[in-house]
Amino acid sequence: MPFAWFIALRYLREGRMQTLLILGAVSLGVGVLVFLTALMAGLQANLLDKTLGSQAHIRVLPPEEEARRVAPEEADGRTITRTEKPSQHPQSILGWQPVLADVLQVPGVVAASAIASGSAFVVRGATTKPVSLRGIEPSGYDAIVPLSTKLREGRYSLVGTEALIGVQLAKDLGLGVGDRLRAVTAGNTGEVYTVSGVFDLGSKDVNERVVFVPLRSAQTLFDLGAGVSSLEVKVEEAFLAEDISVRLAARTGLVAESWTVTNPQLLVALQSQSGSTRIIQFFITLTVALGIASVLIVSVVQKSREIGVMRAVGAQASRVLSVFLIQGGLVGFGGAVLGSALGAGMARLFVTLFRDSDGAPMFPIALTPELFAGPIALATLVGIAAAVAPARRAARLDPAEVIRYG
Amino acid sequence: MAEPVLLAEGLVREFGKTTKTRVLHGVSLRIEAGEFSALMGPSGSGKSTLLCLLGLLDQPTSGTITLAGRRTEGLDDVELTRYRGRTLGFVFQFHHLLPGFSALENVLIPAWAERGRVDAALRRRANELLERVGLGNRANNRASDLSGGEAQRVAIARALVNAPPLVLADEPTGNLDTQTADGVFSLLRDVCRDQGTTFLIVTHDPRLAARCDRIVRLVDGRIVGDLRRGDDVPPGTFGEVSSA
Repeated sequence: MPFAWFIALRYLREGRMQTLLILGAVSLGVGVLVFLTALMAGLQANLLDKTLGSQAHIRVLPPEEEARRVAPEEADGRTITRTEKPSQHPQSILGWQPVLADVLQVPGVVAASAIASGSAFVVRGATTKPVSLRGIEPSGYDAIVPLSTKLREGRYSLVGTEALIGVQLAKDLGLGVGDRLRAVTAGNTGEVYTVSGVFDLGSKDVNERVVFVPLRSAQTLFDLGAGVSSLEVKVEEAFLAEDISVRLAARTGLVAESWTVTNPQLLVALQSQSGSTRIIQFFITLTVALGIASVLIVSVVQKSREIGVMRAVGAQASRVLSVFLIQGGLVGFGGAVLGSALGAGMARLFVTLFRDSDGAPMFPIALTPELFAGPIALATLVGIAAAVAPARRAARLDPAEVIRYG
Repeated sequence: MAEPVLLAEGLVREFGKTTKTRVLHGVSLRIEAGEFSALMGPSGSGKSTLLCLLGLLDQPTSGTITLAGRRTEGLDDVELTRYRGRTLGFVFQFHHLLPGFSALENVLIPAWAERGRVDAALRRRANELLERVGLGNRANNRASDLSGGEAQRVAIARALVNAPPLVLADEPTGNLDTQTADGVFSLLRDVCRDQGTTFLIVTHDPRLAARCDRIVRLVDGRIVGDLRRGDDVPPGTFGEVSSA
């Protein structure tokens, strides 16, 4: 065995109590680090999932028409000029198929689908409800919002004049699978749909306000011809949506809106949560580093005569340095391995103890290998870094002291 | 005349930055191969300082040291450490074994520290040395479990593991009872006789010095006496010789 490793291991074994204490401290720190990271990742994934479960990461919209100047009017000898936005004639993306293909080429985009949507009233007997009618291609849209997994009743099918409605709307209107409902647009066109399924997207508003119908039917209803009103896009990494939307806009010449723009408060909440997590992680890491350093400093002082003897009989300063760096690294590594087990245990316990009223875990905690690999690598490096000061002190010990002062 | 193992010329050592205290005032010393010499002197005479310089643990303010044919001034810490490991063995007053390590591991330390690794040949040599000092059966005992005499014998084996031409011993028996001290001292003499290893032994025990071949006396940082067995010396200087 190499000299430095041998001495380092023996010193760790010899200083049993100190080694156990510092291993305990490191594993507690890493355990909390792992648990906290897992908890926050689970919490954020859950929050994102709840919010973005019923909406796309990015919506690609037709370009806004420029405001135009209305012909000046003469009044009391003064000229009044006005500018106004074009009338709210539904904008559409014509020839959207090549655009969709284009969007799918952009790195980071995992799915995209065309939507034809507009406002309508759903009429059933004497009751009228305002809704957002969304014409979708069922298979394409499912890749963006997993509607097929959110069905409470019926099946995921949109053929001819089938419609999917939310649980709240179904309740309000007393509708069930197989029942009919009539949708009327502001333009006074209408269509009778048959309910093929009832979904629950986890948000009361969406469950009450959104009705999914076949794309073709919505195009007809809203007089869009072959055009669609937007393309909805799902990206691989939700937090990169804004960057990708900028690229999408540049590439297609259309307007692209990411969820971070439409839900700024959610983004701020997630970011500040990540920020505070990082601060806690930083201070835990710092505490671990200080713990390792202080124990090793004590060890150097205790062993100073032995180190002097080793230096006198021919051990290079660099070998003495290695002895303590190795100790720091080993303590960091060993503590981190124990701490990972501890963190995994805490996460398990948390999932078991804190449950929703229906007994399901509040949110999933994923114990992935990366969750442990990061802290283990970090703790090993921190251990080595924390050992630098004690190790340098040891390497600088003057071997002549052994003879001068016995 | 053959080349000396150690040649020190005009060694001066001062301590302190503003108020300089001169501890050694130009010490010159020549030690021939195979000699068994004692360095004597009262406390504060500069013995330890001289030993540090000769052991390459410290650098003189001025003067030169030639050890085993190589001048040592201007060597950096890495070179000094390497040269020290190869050419010098140390026996300290308090054996200074690493307490948590076995006797065998302690003997291996100087070779291990220098080469980084231990091979079978080295391990064999260390075992032979332990046999030589009479502790072949104690190889795997922890140093902290050895008696004072045993520990000092292990320390002697440690000093010899790299087969250095010169061993410096600082009061090697200072901490032992008379009988044990005699045994340890005899061991040093035997090693010198059998292997031709040169010894310089710092002691203030005249009884032990009398059993050496040469006595160098240091007082106030100067060499005031340098007597060899066979010189015209006062009776009793070299115990056995004068009593014979």
